[in-house]
Amino acid sequence: MDAIRFVLNGQEVSYEGSASDRLLDVLRNTYRTTSVKCGCKEGECGACSVLMDGVLVNSCCVAMGAVEHSSIVTMEGFRDTERYAVLDRAFAEISAVQCGFCIPGMVLAAEALLVKTPHPSDEEIREGLSGNLCRCTGYNAIVHAVSSAAKEGEGLW
Amino acid sequence: MEKISQSVVKKDHEPKMSGRSVYVGDYPGDGVLTGKLLRSTLARARVLDVELPVLPEGYFYVDKSDVPGDNNVNIVLDDTPVFARDTVEYIGEPIGMVAGPDVAVVNRILSEIKVSYEELEPVLDLRKADTVFFNYEYEKGDLKKALAEADKVYEEEFTTGYQDQTYLEPQGMMAEPEKNGHMYVHGSMQCAYYVHGAVMRVLGCRPDEVHIFQDVTGGGFGGKEDFPSILGCQVAVAAKKANAPVRCVFGRREDLEFTPKRHPSLCTYKVAVKDGKVTAMDIDVKFNGGAYTTLSAVVLQRGIICANGVYRIENLHVHGQALKTNTTPSGAYRGFGAPQTFFAVEMMMDHIARDLGVDSLKFKEAHLARQGDATSTSGKYHFPVPLPEMIEEVDRAADFRRKHLEYQKPQTGRYHKGIGMSLWFHGAGFTGSGERDFIKAVCKLHKFPDGTVEILASNGEIGQGLRTTFPKIVAHELNLPLDKVYYNHPDTARVPDSGPTVASRSLMIVGELLRRAAIKLRSQWKDGEDQVVEEHFKEPDFMIPFYLDKFQGDAYPTYAWGVGAIEVEIDTCTGTSKILGAYGSFDVGTPIDYNIVIGQMEGGFLQGIGYASIEQMNYDGRGRIRNNSFSDYLIPTTKDVPNLKCMLHVEKYPDGPYGAKGAGELPLVGAPGAYVEAVEQALGHGAKLNHAPFTAEDTLNEIRKEGK
Repeated sequence: MDAIRFVLNGQEVSYEGSASDRLLDVLRNTYRTTSVKCGCKEGECGACSVLMDGVLVNSCCVAMGAVEHSSIVTMEGFRDTERYAVLDRAFAEISAVQCGFCIPGMVLAAEALLVKTPHPSDEEIREGLSGNLCRCTGYNAIVHAVSSAAKEGEGLW
Repeated sequence: MEKISQSVVKKDHEPKMSGRSVYVGDYPGDGVLTGKLLRSTLARARVLDVELPVLPEGYFYVDKSDVPGDNNVNIVLDDTPVFARDTVEYIGEPIGMVAGPDVAVVNRILSEIKVSYEELEPVLDLRKADTVFFNYEYEKGDLKKALAEADKVYEEEFTTGYQDQTYLEPQGMMAEPEKNGHMYVHGSMQCAYYVHGAVMRVLGCRPDEVHIFQDVTGGGFGGKEDFPSILGCQVAVAAKKANAPVRCVFGRREDLEFTPKRHPSLCTYKVAVKDGKVTAMDIDVKFNGGAYTTLSAVVLQRGIICANGVYRIENLHVHGQALKTNTTPSGAYRGFGAPQTFFAVEMMMDHIARDLGVDSLKFKEAHLARQGDATSTSGKYHFPVPLPEMIEEVDRAADFRRKHLEYQKPQTGRYHKGIGMSLWFHGAGFTGSGERDFIKAVCKLHKFPDGTVEILASNGEIGQGLRTTFPKIVAHELNLPLDKVYYNHPDTARVPDSGPTVASRSLMIVGELLRRAAIKLRSQWKDGEDQVVEEHFKEPDFMIPFYLDKFQGDAYPTYAWGVGAIEVEIDTCTGTSKILGAYGSFDVGTPIDYNIVIGQMEGGFLQGIGYASIEQMNYDGRGRIRNNSFSDYLIPTTKDVPNLKCMLHVEKYPDGPYGAKGAGELPLVGAPGAYVEAVEQALGHGAKLNHAPFTAEDTLNEIRKEGK
């Protein structure tokens, strides 16, 4: 069986395991990108969100066979970007992070949203983050943080 | 805003934001065995035999016979077994644990184990439950006389369902035998010393032979108060036998089905009214405790103490019972018994007002307790009760009074609106003399020669901001920059027992101890020296001693106050309701960090709205919880309450740090009353609602009833 080749956070990798393995498990166990969290393993909570060719996906619902030749970005890659730095400041400013478990997925959801909609309304932000559950914050601070990141990061998205 | 209230960047922001934080599931798996529980498939049965397949090398099975010490987990009582005794008492009760290196093999072994049972008749209906775990009763005034002299006596029954804490990180614990023979247990938890006490006893060893570390914890809300003690004991027993690290992290379905949740309740209120005023309440409270007692005693105590709400009721009789059913043990959840009774009393007051033909808010206002009044337990409201001002604040934000009048009128068309308001408090800290008699909190400050200060305490950061607010207090008193003071996750080998992370107590009680410790350190400060100061809990002088046997005295030193209004629009065709706005004013004293406290209020209020509206969980005729996934158990998303406004009203508490009171639980407590009142108003036609959650299906059923 041929290895599955894909790009993980900018690095070419080849996965030797089964095409039916879950992307979530492979990211956490094989590549140790543990920012990708497992909250439900059935595509409901968004804690395992990653970007697959720029599209936000629940990595628990992606089989490795589908990953071949694609580019996967997790927080381990995204946190080195200028866009992350803007989101980081905005989240810090309003203390939008509580227990932190949903945050890597939430931030990648914000990135996916801002790429598509650089100047989102609050309603669009809420729509864009609606697949990512957070039990701590009540969401207000997160929505405000994304809104202010969009303004501060003018031109980055 | 006071300096101490000004927000700072949270000390755990960077690692959590960037995904670098290590939660228990994130440690590398090399050499670590995965533990999985063998669970009962019947609600009540005698376990006759457990037949194991041949275990491959490196795989282990443990059950009660492998427990070196006592097979009972110390919580409040000791009736919860580590692994089932001769019987199982609920579906999902752990009988044993399989541990091994490959999770697929562990799963295969579990599927091949044959358990033979002798099935027994389970008790599933709270109304038929006959095993009383706890039974409390108290009274004041002359109930009989008030009932006899009443113009009218109202009687109504209220029920509430389960609520699951649904922290985003499921339960997970890990045990690692150390080279010196000691056991190291760590994981997702609120109360490191609870786990310490439990594991020590189960392993039958000395306190120094076990130590517990709280890993970064992905939310708790009460769910990680008692349960990590149980799971911690299970992995410790497995690690002991295997002599290798064992980790058990639950899947979401396992977590939703088999970990403790808010007690379902059945409350009966009998209320006497004379000359338009409530003169007496006779209240019966039943909580469904599930199969073991866990925390039911203390949950019930809190629930019955606030059964008369924020109202001055001269003649009061309250009877509370926690009953056994053959279901998942209920436990701690933010609010801890209070949301159930506050829901009942708020609906009761609303219904009486409607029957009397008076405005429900005016009716409630006419009964408000004031500073100096006696509490339900003949203690005293020692400090101002700011509810009248807070009602005005919420009225201004929500335009409550105008809308409440307007939506009272008959509504036509498909969409109907309603608005409701609920008033509540939350007693800050442990109930009664718990802080003084049981917890006896101790904390330390360790100053290093370079002038940095480490806080040594056992309270866990679970998202509520303690790693930031504790250092803020100490840095403030020592006049140090915030980066010179730090607070790490507790390891029981290093920190004194400052008590558990529960009861909205950490900041108010331990924060004040730290403030006093910092003052002490300041007075003894010697540059370049290594210094340690210690501080012990001292009960405030003004307290009226509380006697649990009589339920008399100050159950709490002070109270946090809440007023919430919720406005809904129901779709009379589908039953769904849209929340147009949720407005809350919260008095938790001085916020030690504005953003952190607002974050607590918004998060807690939304959890309360979820509890009131969509979070439905129940068990079937066999005792199985079926709402065990995020598609069956719904929690609010970004889109459910876009208009969520929380305000702070500051009534300082002199014995809390800079005037701070307990905060975490308050915002959840009264949400159900406000929501269900709103739906009731939108339904009109004299609808009298008496249960929460009130779901879309309930709304449709109610509309159907009207049609008949």
